[in-house]
Amino acid sequence: MGLFYTFHFYLFGVIAIISAVAFVTRRSPVAAALWLVNTMFCLAALYVMMDAQFIGAIQVLVYAGAIMVVFLFVVMLLNLGHASDVTDIVGGKTKLAAGLVGLLLLAEVFVLWKDDGAPAPVPAQQELEPGVIDQVAAPLFREYLLAFEITSVLLLAAIVGAVVLAKRRVT
Amino acid sequence: MRFDLDRPLELTFALAPDLLLIAGTMVLLLASAWGTETAKRQRAVGRWSIALCVLTLAAVIYMWWAGHTATRGAIAVDPFRWATDVLILLGAILAIALSMDYLERERIDVAEAHVLILFAVSGMMLLAAARDLMIVFLGIELMSIAVYVLAGLNRRSGRAAEAALKYFLLGAFSSGFLLYGIALVFGATGSTNIADIGAAILERGLTTNAMLLAGVGLLVVGLGFKVAAAPFHMWTPDVYEGAPTPMTAFMAAAVKAAAFAVFLRIWMEAFPYLNGAWHKPLWYLAVFTMVVGNVVALVQKNIKRMLAYSSIAHAGYLLVAVVVSNFEGASAYLFYVFAYTLATMGAFAVVIALAQTGERGQQIEDYAGLWRVRPGLAAAMAVFMLALLGFPIFGGMGFFAKWYVLQAALRPPSQTNLAIWVVGTSLVSAAYYLYVVMVMFMKARPAEAPSPLKVPGMTRFVIATCAIVLLVVGIWPRPVLRVARRSLPQLVHLSEDLPRAPAPPR
Repeated sequence: MGLFYTFHFYLFGVIAIISAVAFVTRRSPVAAALWLVNTMFCLAALYVMMDAQFIGAIQVLVYAGAIMVVFLFVVMLLNLGHASDVTDIVGGKTKLAAGLVGLLLLAEVFVLWKDDGAPAPVPAQQELEPGVIDQVAAPLFREYLLAFEITSVLLLAAIVGAVVLAKRRVT
Repeated sequence: MRFDLDRPLELTFALAPDLLLIAGTMVLLLASAWGTETAKRQRAVGRWSIALCVLTLAAVIYMWWAGHTATRGAIAVDPFRWATDVLILLGAILAIALSMDYLERERIDVAEAHVLILFAVSGMMLLAAARDLMIVFLGIELMSIAVYVLAGLNRRSGRAAEAALKYFLLGAFSSGFLLYGIALVFGATGSTNIADIGAAILERGLTTNAMLLAGVGLLVVGLGFKVAAAPFHMWTPDVYEGAPTPMTAFMAAAVKAAAFAVFLRIWMEAFPYLNGAWHKPLWYLAVFTMVVGNVVALVQKNIKRMLAYSSIAHAGYLLVAVVVSNFEGASAYLFYVFAYTLATMGAFAVVIALAQTGERGQQIEDYAGLWRVRPGLAAAMAVFMLALLGFPIFGGMGFFAKWYVLQAALRPPSQTNLAIWVVGTSLVSAAYYLYVVMVMFMKARPAEAPSPLKVPGMTRFVIATCAIVLLVVGIWPRPVLRVARRSLPQLVHLSEDLPRAPAPPR
């Protein structure tokens, strides 16, 4: 790992963490959502640095793109725009609990780090080819074909459910 | 034949009943979306849904009879899967039959209700087959999403909306636990395949691996929510009370059966060598569930809430099968769920038959003197209550179901204390089950009590079938027991008898 790599790893890592903290502390929902976009971009950069270009691109498209647009739509429809109108609904106890869960997760990271147990064998690093998508597509349509197909049924059931609940005239 | 699951065509054959059901569901979905919403269309789709379930049942029984096996892959092809499928489809047929009458009475002309039940059933059948944690997750989601919608089907009722939203939010939360657990287990063992996880734990001696144990703990939380084990049961009473009664019956019987099937399969195949780590926590979970369910049921005034707590108590009895996690446990589970499905479906069918429109008249006191006006319904309800209690002869199969659970607990290495808890909490449950019987037979009917509505044909059919099968199998349990004994999960990498001691240290 060269200095170049280390520098960028810490750069994106620190920006991701700062944006995440800003995301949970901002009062205005729109500002919070934009900080979240920033976190997503930094994560995408980190994925690319781990040679997972495809995941990085998907991260930008799906999380920073589609999901954030949905977020902003909801914010817009609920008309939560002005921070002054929004009172903090999170009580002290909830904040304490959230802090505890955060500490627990941090402790978990350290335990896993220190754990000298044999780490799971990661599938051998494949030769880096120009077509990164092949490495995602081949297992998706071979080993995980069944899971892929079940997901389509799951989505259909969710759509039918949403329509049944929402698009009905109640007399 | 032995299916090679790596080949798509053979995978298709191994999944034939599931695919048949899913394909039929799509056709019925189109049929129910076509045209206007009327009660007639709803009934027609309901009838076709029952026909589809029966057809799938035939396919399942054919596959069972043919005795196929499969290679180590994402799904299991073994008698345990087929037996669980039969129980799930039985629950679904009864639930669809009940909802046909119920939806017509409540003027909810939504033909898609039956389609959503079928979607949930396909998720459950995938759960019964799943041998890969990824399929487990997708199956649980497919089942749950359909059931969330079913809980909120009655748009005129505020309580149904509350039930659906509560179930959805808490269910999504528990899915998070489940998924995180799966991720940690994958991180520790390098596989999502249940058989490979078991092999990795044994070969690499992961019995004290912190990541793996955290993952197993999160899986217990996620699955505990789905089976409504205390202390993850908080949603159960409100959801069971608020949801339309046939959907409550479906949740109490089929959802629980499917979640327990996958619980048992994961525990028997992936984590037998972690026995030392999970045995105590699961033991306490089982006892706590039995105590909470039975004790809180004592003070319930509403029959649906009472049955909700009773279903929590039964989750506790079924957890005994997971605690022992051996072949006796698996066959006790199958027999128990058969009896429990019939008794629960029957009890909720009587609740539907006696309720007035808009789900009024569901307090236990409303059943006073039922014996005078509706002797048939009162007698059937008595059978279901006694079956849930596990009373001999009059409770039919219920007695043998409890008996085999106790037997599974007492087989070496025996869990005598656990068996004592089962018997003790069952005695407590007599108080509330027999109270219903007492109210029906011994209290006088108040003069101003409304006379019960006429019981429609389908509901009558469900009540009669459940009561008769319970009583007949109660007198002659041997054939069902023999089937349950033979329907064992096929464990790929383990020998016939599971090791009870933790694997040797590294």
